Amino acid sequence: MLAKRIIPCLDVKDGRVVKGTNFTGLRDVEDPVALAERYGACGADELVFYDITASAEGRKLFTDILRRVAERLFIPLTVGGGINSLDDFDAVLKCGADKVSVNSGAVKDPSLIKAAAKKYGDQCVVLSMDVKRVSGRYEVFAKGGRERTGIEAGAWARFGEEHGAGEIVLNSIDTDGVKGGFDIEMLADVTGGLHIPVVASGGAGCIKDFVELFKNTDADAGLGASVFHFGTVGIAELKRELKRNGTEVRL
Amino acid sequence: MIAVVDYGVGNLFSLASSLKALGLESVVTADRKIVEKCDRVILPGVGAFPDAMAKLEGAGLKDFLVAQAAEKPFLGICLGMQMLFDRSFEYGETRGLGLVEGEIAPLAGAARGLKIPHMGWNSLHFTKQDELFKYNKEGDYVYFVHSFYATGCESSLTAVTDYGVRVTAAVRSGKVFGTQFHPEKSGAAGLKMLKAFSEVV
Repeated sequence: MLAKRIIPCLDVKDGRVVKGTNFTGLRDVEDPVALAERYGACGADELVFYDITASAEGRKLFTDILRRVAERLFIPLTVGGGINSLDDFDAVLKCGADKVSVNSGAVKDPSLIKAAAKKYGDQCVVLSMDVKRVSGRYEVFAKGGRERTGIEAGAWARFGEEHGAGEIVLNSIDTDGVKGGFDIEMLADVTGGLHIPVVASGGAGCIKDFVELFKNTDADAGLGASVFHFGTVGIAELKRELKRNGTEVRL
Repeated sequence: MIAVVDYGVGNLFSLASSLKALGLESVVTADRKIVEKCDRVILPGVGAFPDAMAKLEGAGLKDFLVAQAAEKPFLGICLGMQMLFDRSFEYGETRGLGLVEGEIAPLAGAARGLKIPHMGWNSLHFTKQDELFKYNKEGDYVYFVHSFYATGCESSLTAVTDYGVRVTAAVRSGKVFGTQFHPEKSGAAGLKMLKAFSEVV
């Protein structure tokens, strides 16, 4: 049976992990390489590295780090942030990324999804979408959730699937940072009819939130950032608890 | 020395890093003279079957690798495993290397309601004892990413996984091994297999 995946997401700026972490025994909790190794060892099923740097120098630091992480990490690595062209895909794939996550770049140029899928394979292209409720419907937001696009989320997800995205990450702006649980309602509504894997993001605050996610939706994976970094939830403990609740996980 | 065949598809960085982490010497190359000198060969691969076969042929490696596979331990990974077979039906019919009997068919037609690609961690059931898995145990999880799978290969089958349909996870025929999953992305379980491959005589 395919296991449900638990995915920590690391935001990297100018070569450092931005959100604080609570790992004991690490001298430098902002060092992405040390953190990645730690996550790999404690049972994370995949890691996401998100580049939130804006400058060219920051970008260079990011790809250097990717290479060092990929050298020591033997689980899948997804990279996102600032992916706007096939050249951007190329740059991070060469540094050891397995999958590339596009968000605003695909909103700006929807043909990027198909072009990337054709060149690197469907499995490589992750369509990440930031979604918020606006007057009774689900709308896609761009630029890190700051800009309305007018695009209906379900239609955008289906467009992604039809054009070769191999996976969808649905990040609910409404529940993100609230720590009150994943947006089960939005997940069902936006990704219900898809035939590609779905990663739920936004809202995880405790172990129970992951248990509820897998009990109540068809999501294939749960993604979290601060919930893992601050040590609120330990990955090994989370997976044991999921297994106790009848969810298939890799232990 | 392990030759990792570089014919212009896929990310070979992880594989080379895995071998390095195990303390194994490897060389990523398309040079036949170098491959000849190595005592074992890994054929990786990501992407579409016809394109990969065309690239292998274009690099003058197709017949050469078939000959190499008769001489030394040879491991195909993911698309590299699929290329070991007689033929594939991905984007029309394409002939493979013919080192393992069977063919590559779409997962989509195998059962209803499957999410495609089959992507993520799935557990192995060993159908036969095989030295590639001498350090692994039944039920070990490994990482899969694929939309096509091998069929008609009962005699060479060594491991399967359950994805609503029984999916060929690993095969072996003589010195030729193949894994549909990525050992280099499968954490400790995968590293054990690469180590075992380096010890095959």
